[in-house]
Amino acid sequence: MRVQTFKGGIHPNYNKSRSEKAAIECVAAPKEIIIPLSQHIGAPAKACVEKGDMVQKGQVIGEAGGFVSAPVHSSVSGQVTAVEPRPGALGVDVLCVVIANNEQNEMAPLKGLENWKTADKETLKNMISEAGIVGMGGATFPTHVKLSPPAAKPIDTVILNGAECEPYLTADHRVMVEYAEDVVEGLQIIRKILGAQNGYIGIEVNKPDAIAAMETACKGTDIKVARLEIKYPQGGEKQLIEALLKKEVPSGGLPMDVGVVVQNVGTAKAVYDAVTKGIPLFERVVTVTGSAVPKPGNFMISIGTPVSVVLAHCGVDLDTAGKLILGGPMMGFAQYSAAPPVTKGTSGILVFDAKDVTLVPPVACIRCGRCLHACPMRLVPAEIAAFSECRMYDKAEEFDAMDCMECGSCAHECPSQIPLVQKIRLAKQEIMAARRKKG
Amino acid sequence: MSKQLIVSSSPHAHSGTTTSKIMWTVFFSLVPAAAYAIYLFGLPAATVLLSTIVFCIVFEGLTNYAMKKPVSLKDGSAALTGLILALTLPPGLPVWICGIGAFVAIVVAKSVFGGLGQNPFNPAMTGRVFLLIAFPAPLTRWLVPSGTGDTLFGKNVSAFDAAGNLVDAGSGNVDAITAATPLGLLGEEGAKAVSGLDTSSAFLIGNINGSLGETAAFILLAGGIFLLIRKIISWHIPVSFMAAVAVIAGLTNLANPEQYAGALFHLLSGGVIIGAWFMATDYVTSPMYNKGKLIFGSGCGILTMVIRLWAGYPEGVSFAVLLMNACVPIINTYTKPKKFGLQQLGESKEAANA
Repeated sequence: MRVQTFKGGIHPNYNKSRSEKAAIECVAAPKEIIIPLSQHIGAPAKACVEKGDMVQKGQVIGEAGGFVSAPVHSSVSGQVTAVEPRPGALGVDVLCVVIANNEQNEMAPLKGLENWKTADKETLKNMISEAGIVGMGGATFPTHVKLSPPAAKPIDTVILNGAECEPYLTADHRVMVEYAEDVVEGLQIIRKILGAQNGYIGIEVNKPDAIAAMETACKGTDIKVARLEIKYPQGGEKQLIEALLKKEVPSGGLPMDVGVVVQNVGTAKAVYDAVTKGIPLFERVVTVTGSAVPKPGNFMISIGTPVSVVLAHCGVDLDTAGKLILGGPMMGFAQYSAAPPVTKGTSGILVFDAKDVTLVPPVACIRCGRCLHACPMRLVPAEIAAFSECRMYDKAEEFDAMDCMECGSCAHECPSQIPLVQKIRLAKQEIMAARRKKG
Repeated sequence: MSKQLIVSSSPHAHSGTTTSKIMWTVFFSLVPAAAYAIYLFGLPAATVLLSTIVFCIVFEGLTNYAMKKPVSLKDGSAALTGLILALTLPPGLPVWICGIGAFVAIVVAKSVFGGLGQNPFNPAMTGRVFLLIAFPAPLTRWLVPSGTGDTLFGKNVSAFDAAGNLVDAGSGNVDAITAATPLGLLGEEGAKAVSGLDTSSAFLIGNINGSLGETAAFILLAGGIFLLIRKIISWHIPVSFMAAVAVIAGLTNLANPEQYAGALFHLLSGGVIIGAWFMATDYVTSPMYNKGKLIFGSGCGILTMVIRLWAGYPEGVSFAVLLMNACVPIINTYTKPKKFGLQQLGESKEAANA
């Protein structure tokens, strides 16, 4: 069968073998849970509990702070011990609700729909919004916003992203294998809300068991399971649309500009849980792997569990580790401590031995062109980075710095090991700052 | 709590291909050709190779020191420039001339522009062309391969003493025996002088005179294909370069076989192979996009043939590559593809206007 893909991109070492066969294992929530109020793109949630309050599992503890926002729920039952800033995954402190887990697992009253097919679109959308569902591939964009396109942009196609092109990560893979029917049902709910005729599930061919599971679950539906070439960043929204539909999302535009909505497979499962069982997003599947992880695997982890607790469960000795990354190796964030909690967007926790982590000083650009051949957006990363280096941010903008999605393909290929993404990111921030100044 | 967690910007993975690995891979892909030159010409070839490489490394180190830059010898680019430059020089070239060539290549053509990655012209080519113009006589004194008799390609060889005077080949004080190169013969006497040469086994296996790297066409070709397989270079420049040479040679040969030699002769003689696979493909001085590489390669081939057929020099590869180096910025500008998602934006704008 035909394997589809996009132009550009790279072939990194995938390193998925250590965890791809490991069934999802539940990790008990620790004594203390730290739940950030901002786990998504958009306005932070507003705390609606105070120190001393008793909370139940699944209870709202932070209300959405606007339309582009999402509520936050407790993942345990217990008592709120603090609402205060704690270390977050981006290196700065974020406002968190800290809960002492009473280990009673007292559930908040949750109610799903017995038959979602008879429910109207608004009801379904509200359930998703109230469940606090955000994009679980890592971008954490509130899902209900994606499901509310303006009337001028009708959506005809929903694509579920099961590419999981980031090396090391296998969480989506396991979700597709173990929750195939939930994922497909979630896709059908999303299609109903958007009125989309077409449904696709795109999966890289290095996950044959996931493709088989999805094809079985899709029997009797009109959903197409598409095989994708093993290439990074195959799971980028725009690349996935290019691969499956041969359409380019306009520069500066969104998938809805070509009538498409892309959702992660994990998000589809969360949608299913929210609509049919009323369960809000308070736990997720996280891949824990890397050379410094003696017991790698895929784990169902309560949101708010400190990374250190997960690492202890996997037998990691952080004293000998060289690097700790939240997310994948291509776009994840390196951490200086294991104190931050697992959030809705944490798809992976990677720990590498010190010997596997080297910081090489960059050498001169030799204009080999590897970066521009790797760039899926057809930019010239080396040039943008050079302008950024010289603080010529207006020139960087002219060379389309804002089209960069920071996938890291260029820096992965750069033989001179120039931190291209870091420099382009700086240029993007400066360009945004200049635009805000102009108004 | 760990004291040694490294915090750095994403991506946290790297392909493992580094600049110095690339440079040394190219270097070693040329070693067989260099070894063949030593086998063919003996000590005079070894002297040129060794002295040029050492001079290049020394000048690189000195300019690093003078410009207070970190020492860049490890990246291998200086050694590679030295090796390529040596392969374009005639065996037996005096060491001091090799030193001047190395100086021009490393200091004048590269370091003054800011070092590796900043030079507009191929350093080795600049060094060679400078020597060719400054020292035309030593640069066109072509030693014959060891074991050659009194004639090469049907022409008498010339013998020189240590002072460079023409002497009788049988006399006791012969220092060097030389002859015109096939391209030189072609330039002077037309295609008849080299007819039948392109099918002779001596020519095909490279048992001819010329620069160190002009003889072993098939060994060089193997090195180039090795680079292609290792994905160090792409096919665009070498193939378009050789295709342009072959097409022009073929057409002119068809039109007038008396005057013009055929495609195979032109491809395998002189510097076409080393030029197309190792010099024109220099990352720094060649275009970045595939379309631009095709334009650049065919431009090199066309200019090479124009110089060979209708200009004063019998060989034109180095001039052609340098002239095309000058066109690289403009080629890059006009071959830059539209960024992702621009076409659709244009369409939707039109739709909005309509």
